[in-house]
Amino acid sequence: MATTAVDHAHSHAAAHGPPSGLWSWITTVDHKRIGILYGATAFVFFLMGGIEALLLRIQLGRPDNTFLSPELYNQLFTMHGTTMIFLAVMPLSAMFFNFFIPLLIGARDVAFPRLNAFSYWVFLLGGLFLNAGFLFGAAPNQGWFGYANLTSNQYSPGLNVDFWMLGLQILGIASLAAGVNFFVTVLNMRAPGMKLMRMPMFVWMSFITQVLILLAFPVITVALILLMFNRFFGTHFFVPTGGGDPLLWQHLFWIFGHPEVYILILPSFGIVSEILPVFSRKPLFGYAAMVFSGSFIAFLGFGVWSHHMFATGMGPIADTVFSLSTMLIAIPTGVKIFNWIGTIWGGSVQLRTPMYFALGFIAMFIMGGLSGVMHASPPADLQQTDTYFVVAHFHYVLFGGSIFALTGGAYYWWPKMFGRMLDETLGKVHFWLMLIGFNLTFFPMHIVGLLGMPRRVYTYPAGLGFEAYNQVETAGAFLLLLAFSVFIVNVLKTWRKPADAPADPWNGATLEWSIPSPPQEFNFGEVPTVHSRDPLWEEKRERGGQLPEPARVSGAGIHMPNPSFWPVLAACGVTAVFISLMMLPKLGPIGVVAAVLLLFVSVFNWAFEPA
Amino acid sequence: MSHDTAHALEHDTSTGLDNRKLAIWTFIGSECLFFASLISTYLVYRGKSLVGPFPHEAWTSPAGRHFDPILEIKLVTVGTALLLFSSLFVVIGLNGAQRGNRGQLLAGLGATIVCGIFFVGMQVYEFTHFVHEGLKLQTNLFGASFFTLTGFHGTHVTIGVIWLSTVFILALRGKLPPKKALNLEMAALYWHFVDVVWIVIFPVVYLMK
Repeated sequence: MATTAVDHAHSHAAAHGPPSGLWSWITTVDHKRIGILYGATAFVFFLMGGIEALLLRIQLGRPDNTFLSPELYNQLFTMHGTTMIFLAVMPLSAMFFNFFIPLLIGARDVAFPRLNAFSYWVFLLGGLFLNAGFLFGAAPNQGWFGYANLTSNQYSPGLNVDFWMLGLQILGIASLAAGVNFFVTVLNMRAPGMKLMRMPMFVWMSFITQVLILLAFPVITVALILLMFNRFFGTHFFVPTGGGDPLLWQHLFWIFGHPEVYILILPSFGIVSEILPVFSRKPLFGYAAMVFSGSFIAFLGFGVWSHHMFATGMGPIADTVFSLSTMLIAIPTGVKIFNWIGTIWGGSVQLRTPMYFALGFIAMFIMGGLSGVMHASPPADLQQTDTYFVVAHFHYVLFGGSIFALTGGAYYWWPKMFGRMLDETLGKVHFWLMLIGFNLTFFPMHIVGLLGMPRRVYTYPAGLGFEAYNQVETAGAFLLLLAFSVFIVNVLKTWRKPADAPADPWNGATLEWSIPSPPQEFNFGEVPTVHSRDPLWEEKRERGGQLPEPARVSGAGIHMPNPSFWPVLAACGVTAVFISLMMLPKLGPIGVVAAVLLLFVSVFNWAFEPA
Repeated sequence: MSHDTAHALEHDTSTGLDNRKLAIWTFIGSECLFFASLISTYLVYRGKSLVGPFPHEAWTSPAGRHFDPILEIKLVTVGTALLLFSSLFVVIGLNGAQRGNRGQLLAGLGATIVCGIFFVGMQVYEFTHFVHEGLKLQTNLFGASFFTLTGFHGTHVTIGVIWLSTVFILALRGKLPPKKALNLEMAALYWHFVDVVWIVIFPVVYLMK
């Protein structure tokens, strides 16, 4: 067999440490390496989105400012939103899906390792494509929601919207491929005894997230296809002069867009549900209620999209229905919050850095949730919509919620990923700077919003009472810059220390802490058998509290999937298809045919390559 | 093939279903929302075209040109029948593959592919005919939503034909023994799905007036 040589070479590598070098990263199918690639890439995009936000805050720091032109301001706020959602929070969650779902369920890899690599490369190329607009001075400038009429050829003749709609389409392919992969992984790759109702809560929330991705992304795919037909081929899907309805775009967009909100927050719910029990020394309170409330949130998430559209005048019946279904979501969310508090209650709380962030998450997320219930009411929403009040609301849930939890997750799982403990003191400095900076930046937005300051406008005149609040907000934004600088210093400092973190630094409850830090290529020398929801705590109890440090094993004889470069090439093919669509006026159909051919050849070779 | 990956992990899957089969089902679930969005768009814009030609009504343009109702229901009914029968043929082919009956496998799979090619050919003829008649993608909302919906369905059929043909070549070369019948079953599941979608599209577009 042709595969023998490869198999031999591979088991050799498994016995003598992982392969290294750039090529090994490009062709890797190891879920842990792909997780690190996701994390590193997403963090760079996060910094870019953050710098975009800082520029916006400098512009708004004083009235009638001319630091940014209106055109550039539009590009920056559009790219800030698009970047943070699609290139920062989603892939930062994907980092944890990749690295930790297999470890938490006791698997050696995901169900489809090469598809996993494909997802990452498509994400990276999609992110670069989206940002390439800056190089042409034509970054997307219509807002992350891309409302119709703003995106038509008549009102957006440049390349700006093209970069956005094609870039998002590429990123959607990455998310869908990963969605299928992790859906199958969670259902099919669990270790013996890891029943669904024994899965760690992070796995549960991630699983629900995959369902949301699988059902929500096809809708935005269609919406973007229709938009592309409008712009490239002259159809009138959302163009009133041809009989089209701009509101159809809003419906399609928000049928995707509201579940997307839960795609951004549910993994964070999961992370916090892992951190709180470990640092409270108590099992998660109300496990089943947590699972069902998460599922219920996801289910309701598909029935609330029109609360983004109260201002369009849908009529009293639609307003009432969507208002009530939106308020209903407060119930399962409240269940979660009380269960988190119940987990801490009476526990012997250890205030380590991950716990700080988890507690910060609960407090900030409650505030964001409460302002969310406020604009579930149509009359209140009509006052708040398009003002900074809404900006305050979604930053409290996405920054105060998602980013706090993701940062906590980074501190929690860092030793497992890299074998090094992040510095506790710097971690706590990071936390306090972030908490104070966050509230200084976003709390005053509630007030200026209710005072009537509109969002998405590049400046405001003096004398409306907005000045002081905006100055505080801008100062807060720089505090956030400082907070993340401390994090970077912490990472660099940690990097210079030896990789000597113990396997189980926090007295963890879940399977990833039973193997060395960082894990070996095959994760588990022996696939574990699971008997309870907190398998490691149970094992420690049985063995009198302590477990010996797990030894590194040879791994000879464990077959792991081979590296492959077809996923990278297929990802290039996907991106080439969209670039060729953009170049259609210049290259003609030849470019599209060549790109599709590249994609087909890659997929065929992939399918027939021995794994 | 990737089949080996599924079993590289030493223990069987938690559900007992093969990873790849579960993945195809998952993908199909996701595709439902894709076609649901396209069909909804078609329905939302039904009867909203500002100018003809129309699907079910005659129309005279301001310049005085007369247009008959443009849909060719008889032709498409034949195409629909072919697609429906192809789902039966692929089941026959799959049964042949699972029982190691090479003749039945090749005949069933071959018939499926021929039906698929005829369906795509029917659609190419229909599209060309419409353009000659004066209905283009840009003409009106009917043209836009019709070509988009049926075009994306046709693309799915085309991909199915390519996929099934690949499996057919494997079978010809004797590389589809019963234990690898799943390679055909996945393509067959996808094929059934594409067929089921057409069962919705056909009445919505061609029969509903």
